[in-house]
Amino acid sequence: NIFKVPQAAPVAVFKLTQDFNNDQFPNKVNLGVGAYRTDEGQPWVLPVVKKVEKIIVHDDRLNHEYLPILGLPEFRSSASKIVLGDNSPAILENRVGAVQCLGGTGALKIGAEFLRRFYNGSNNTKTPIYVSAPTWENHNAVFSSAGFEDVRPYRYWDAEKRGLDLAGFLGDLESCPEHSVFVLHACAHNPTGTDPTQEQWKQIAEVMMRRKLFAFFDSAYQGFASGSLEKDAWAVRYFVSSGFEMFCAQSFSKNFGLYNERVGNLTVVARDADNLKRVLSQMEKVVRITWSNPPSQGARIVTITLTSPELFSEWQENVKTMANRVLLMRSQLKAKLQALGTPGTWDHITDQIGMFSFTGLNPKQVEYLVKEKHIYLMASGRINMCGLTTKNIDYVAESIHEAVTKVQ
Amino acid sequence: MALLKSSKVIYCLGNISPSLGVLSTRNSSWWGGVQMGPPDPILGVTEAFKKDTNPKKMNLGVGAYRDDQGKPFVLSCVRKAEAIIAAKQLDKEYLPIGGLAEFSKACAQLALGPENEVLKSSRSVTVQTISGTGSLRIGANFLARFHPGPHDVYLPKPSWGNHTPIFRDAGMQLKAYRYYEPSTCGFDFKGALDDISKIPEQSIILLHACAHNPTGVDPRPEQWKEIADIVKKRNLLVFFDMAYQGFASGDIDRDAWAVRHFIENGHNIVLSQSFAKNMGLYGERVGGFTVVCKDAEEAKRVESQLKILIRPIYSNPPVNGARIAATILNTPELRSLWLEEVHGMANRIIKMREQLVAGLKKNGSSHNWQHVIDQIGMFCFTGLKPEQVERLTKEFSVYMTKDGRISMAGVTSGNVGYLADAIHAVTK
Repeated sequence: NIFKVPQAAPVAVFKLTQDFNNDQFPNKVNLGVGAYRTDEGQPWVLPVVKKVEKIIVHDDRLNHEYLPILGLPEFRSSASKIVLGDNSPAILENRVGAVQCLGGTGALKIGAEFLRRFYNGSNNTKTPIYVSAPTWENHNAVFSSAGFEDVRPYRYWDAEKRGLDLAGFLGDLESCPEHSVFVLHACAHNPTGTDPTQEQWKQIAEVMMRRKLFAFFDSAYQGFASGSLEKDAWAVRYFVSSGFEMFCAQSFSKNFGLYNERVGNLTVVARDADNLKRVLSQMEKVVRITWSNPPSQGARIVTITLTSPELFSEWQENVKTMANRVLLMRSQLKAKLQALGTPGTWDHITDQIGMFSFTGLNPKQVEYLVKEKHIYLMASGRINMCGLTTKNIDYVAESIHEAVTKVQ
Repeated sequence: MALLKSSKVIYCLGNISPSLGVLSTRNSSWWGGVQMGPPDPILGVTEAFKKDTNPKKMNLGVGAYRDDQGKPFVLSCVRKAEAIIAAKQLDKEYLPIGGLAEFSKACAQLALGPENEVLKSSRSVTVQTISGTGSLRIGANFLARFHPGPHDVYLPKPSWGNHTPIFRDAGMQLKAYRYYEPSTCGFDFKGALDDISKIPEQSIILLHACAHNPTGVDPRPEQWKEIADIVKKRNLLVFFDMAYQGFASGDIDRDAWAVRHFIENGHNIVLSQSFAKNMGLYGERVGGFTVVCKDAEEAKRVESQLKILIRPIYSNPPVNGARIAATILNTPELRSLWLEEVHGMANRIIKMREQLVAGLKKNGSSHNWQHVIDQIGMFCFTGLKPEQVERLTKEFSVYMTKDGRISMAGVTSGNVGYLADAIHAVTK
């Protein structure tokens, strides 16, 4: 062999879907991977996206030329406006810039690579990167593959009370080394669905500002969480108005349903235009040796939508449709579990927000659901609410009831 | 003075002078110490070109094909494929990490030939990548992690400007072998063989499969055979970069000849492919990375590791371009149409080369411009010196990179005469 290459373990969430696909059981349910499903259990291409794709196909002026390295300019600015607000003071002060990236992952990647080179000294790979406990599993890999040697958890999920461990979170903020980087979920925390309240965000921001910690927001669900773009961006906007220099990795995979087009944006808020310019010039160098320039299709779809008032409204409606279906499934699942008298409290199902719910089921109970009931969910007990439909919700509720009562 | 380099001292100084480094007060920035990145030399050319108001200006910088009106060219086979895809009303679910399977398969078949023993025995893995750059990046990361030999990558001198920073950032060391002979504007075959024969065993050698960028100088088949032999003797790992298959000679099999010969000759190569130029899918970012392995079992292990490398960069690749490419490659009428259109693009370039040389001769140039015709692909290494390049830009608004490289794609029947006049003016 030239290469002594060991077999790598598959990424868990994709393996789960693979197992689901191979399962022959007629009533199987996939509550694994995070993609929206309709009440028929089908993927949903947003009506506004279909409309815009037709516009693109019929526009003879469009070609397939390279985008600039940092991406489509109108995409970058309109995407940043979505998260920061049209009238964000930072935008008006010309200190907001952005890099079009390949999905939220790509935005995190470029941000991480930049930070490793230029934050807290140069090439300071020892700067601690804090990710929530638990967090999206790829956060760790993004930062460690960017060269950071010290990726650590900050307390977040309180398994006992099934809610936010604010004291633990604030405690870690107070005790961590100065200049540590904190990866914050802007809304609809993945996997717990548990977000800080506005008051709690204020406390978090206060400590971070005082202790000179770097805020790196991950915004993958704006609009999708509550149905309101503004509400879901509250934390990010609060941090900006508090004076942070920060990054926000935005994904349009979920809120535009553009998963496989890889549409993301790294929004950069800097102290002033001059700092911004230098930061973007260095990010450009990182992009050039990673993917050279980003793919155009998805960015065009988003840009056309965001810059047309009617299409923008239509998009907001489509987003609300998705958010509302999730909210409905949450309230119905909770109601059914309560009606069944399933042991435990199930308020967290409706308290939590976004696509995911951290059910609180333990690994044995999860295994029971997967093996005995052909209901596929992550070992952590995370379920994708989008996998629930009016047709399968009874089966799922009954199965959870069984798992909780039979398996300890 | 050495003390000033310590970040602790800069931190303190930051209190006094915010621009000196690490954030200390609310009014200073984290980024005070970040320097302005140098402008990209190739894109810088286009920037300057855009600002020029001369109606006769020519952009011979960046390598994107232009038709004879100087316009970007969307291939008909691409438009047809897009229509077919649109009618299918497909969903937008995530692709697998390794990309669209029917694309990766067709991509490998295009490079290796569908009857290739490597494909029949499933002893290779091909992943969809973010065009050629993304492919090189994944390849570099893979080698950095798994290559058991020296982490030295030997590039031809010169090579595409982005090769070096990509491999360097992945943690590899860059070295070079002689390639371009300035005195002939041709291939330094002797120098190449000489240098390659001295490369330490198990090092990595990067070869441009066809249409060498930036010189346009390719080895002839007999020369490739000798290179393959000596590379084998040195037990080097071969990394082929094929960004112009079909675009060089107009014939996809001819352009892949070197790649296929090396495989036949027993080299288990790694290969980067791009569909930016040959399908005109530049901004869709369509590419592939292939590892030819010992057997199917090794290929599976390698595939699993490539996924681990891809996931923390962008999770999974964009579908649009790959779907277009797969539709073209897998639909017989579209594939035929594509081959015709690729042939057409290559032919236009060849014609422009001939017309440029004819124009120079007509102007009475005393220089030997044969290399313009001998070189192949999008680029031509004119042999012009930096001062001459500067004059071309300043006096004639002809924009090109300082190394004297011109993109023939930017030459049209409408402006080739002007170009011949301009080059003659600065070289007579």
